[in-house]
Amino acid sequence: MSAVMITRKVRKWEKLPGKNTFCCDGRVMMARQKGVFYLTLFLIVGTCALFFAFECPYLAVHLSPAIPVFAVLLFLFVIAMLLRTSFSDPGVLPRALPEEAMFIEMEIEAANGNVPTGQRAPPRIRNVQINNQIVKLKYCYTCKIFRPPRASHCSICDNCVDRFDHHCPWVGNCVGKRNYRYFYLFTLSLSMLTIYIFTFDIVHMVMREFLLFLIRRDTQAYYACTLELSTLKETPGTVLEVLVCFFTLWSVVGLTGFHTYLISLNQTTNEDIKGSWSGKNRVQNPYSHKNIIKNCCEVLCGPTYPSVLDRRGLMQEDSTVSAASAAPSSSSSISNAVPQTTNVVLRLQKTTAPLIPNEHTPDDAKPSIAASAEKSPSPREEHPPAPKVPPLASPETDVEDKTH
Amino acid sequence: MQGFVPTATDGNMATEFHNLQELRHSASLANKIFIQRDYSEGTTCKFQTKFPSELESRIEWTLFEDTVKTLNNYYAEAEKIGGQSYLEGCLACATAYLIFLCMETRYEKVLKKIAKYIQEQNEKIYAPRGLLITDPIERGMRVIEICIYEDRGSSGSSSGSSSVSGSTAR
Repeated sequence: MSAVMITRKVRKWEKLPGKNTFCCDGRVMMARQKGVFYLTLFLIVGTCALFFAFECPYLAVHLSPAIPVFAVLLFLFVIAMLLRTSFSDPGVLPRALPEEAMFIEMEIEAANGNVPTGQRAPPRIRNVQINNQIVKLKYCYTCKIFRPPRASHCSICDNCVDRFDHHCPWVGNCVGKRNYRYFYLFTLSLSMLTIYIFTFDIVHMVMREFLLFLIRRDTQAYYACTLELSTLKETPGTVLEVLVCFFTLWSVVGLTGFHTYLISLNQTTNEDIKGSWSGKNRVQNPYSHKNIIKNCCEVLCGPTYPSVLDRRGLMQEDSTVSAASAAPSSSSSISNAVPQTTNVVLRLQKTTAPLIPNEHTPDDAKPSIAASAEKSPSPREEHPPAPKVPPLASPETDVEDKTH
Repeated sequence: MQGFVPTATDGNMATEFHNLQELRHSASLANKIFIQRDYSEGTTCKFQTKFPSELESRIEWTLFEDTVKTLNNYYAEAEKIGGQSYLEGCLACATAYLIFLCMETRYEKVLKKIAKYIQEQNEKIYAPRGLLITDPIERGMRVIEICIYEDRGSSGSSSGSSSVSGSTAR
């Protein structure tokens, strides 16, 4: 007998933990708060629209038609980089599945030994040596993994991100290993666009005023009104653009400069803020190649890392194994992404017997395992009680498993 | 029901794949071990070649080391920073990264090779010994997960791991 299974295809992104929002059936991945991102988009598109409406006709005629063409290309590049930064996976590390988490817990317990009750357990840290430098890997209690070097947990997105730089509200996403170069190119091209628009706004205003000045001089008609007012009436958008560009310039150009500095040292914003490699106690950045060009090349021209999240993969439902004839239990419904290589037997087995010590179990873990083995059969009375001797799965046990 | 018949000599991939399915249905999962990353050379993807004690009775350490070293070489090739990666990066930047809509990156090509290699290793070497390697990309490139299966067909004490996975955490 086989149960009727869910027929709707569920993709893995629907079940991903963390506080991200997904669009376009998992193709787009962003943070939850997107308000500031819309503001960024509005400012860029709005200012450029004003530029194309007010400046470009005048400058194309009086200076060169290449000016609006280059502006269009630059604008498109900025938007492409912004969308790429905002919509892509920054390098999120998936959380550990239960078996992996348990394995790590056992390793930690084995390393720490028995902690007397009342005493706080030592902090969970692993030391690794990278290029003759000791780096501490911290344990993430949310993701249940030891974070790789340079990874950090973003509290806004509730994910561990590899090579975590910072969470940028302006792009509405974290900036990490996979999208850092797009972020940098976005700030760089936005600086160029801002400077470009600002320059040509000034040029435009000066040209108009100069033209007016020449006309007035020739006609010998002097007006007492101020120079700026006439331009304002004809192209009111210019002033708005100048204002926006002026304030944007300082922040964006400054940010670009800061990130250029970080790239040349192969550091992340996170490390810079924490002062990880500030030189105290002879700590040096073990990831830096000590050569500016090499560092820049690694960050900007390195390989494009794939996403390990598999957002668009299909969730494994419990119905599909051809050899299994019995209905699997509802308790084995998948809540985490299950890879193609696992099977029905695997999932069913997960719900039964407790951890049983064997010759490979570390000595310290044995008492705790025995204790939990005694406790566990009672809450699981609907499952067959697991034998205490090293169990070879007997046919009877497996048949019973399959009926649950 | 088929037991663990060594199929290394059988060159037919279809038969070997069929045996892999048989393995999954005839055996029950006994344990899972996780090969951790080796960060001694930085953040490049590399796995430890230390031979886990749970596999001692199941497989020769040379075979295991070979597998892990080959995987490490594949990842090193994918993450190599050299002429080709610069070219790919600059070309992609010049097209505002739109070229990735039609072109596969070098990393993705190597990942496909890795998937094929792992399947081949599973069929030829690991499945006949009651083991199964999971592609690291399915675990976030953090670990190589090796499933150890118990042979249901053989009676009496089987060698090695007979404990079950730690599912009491659920």
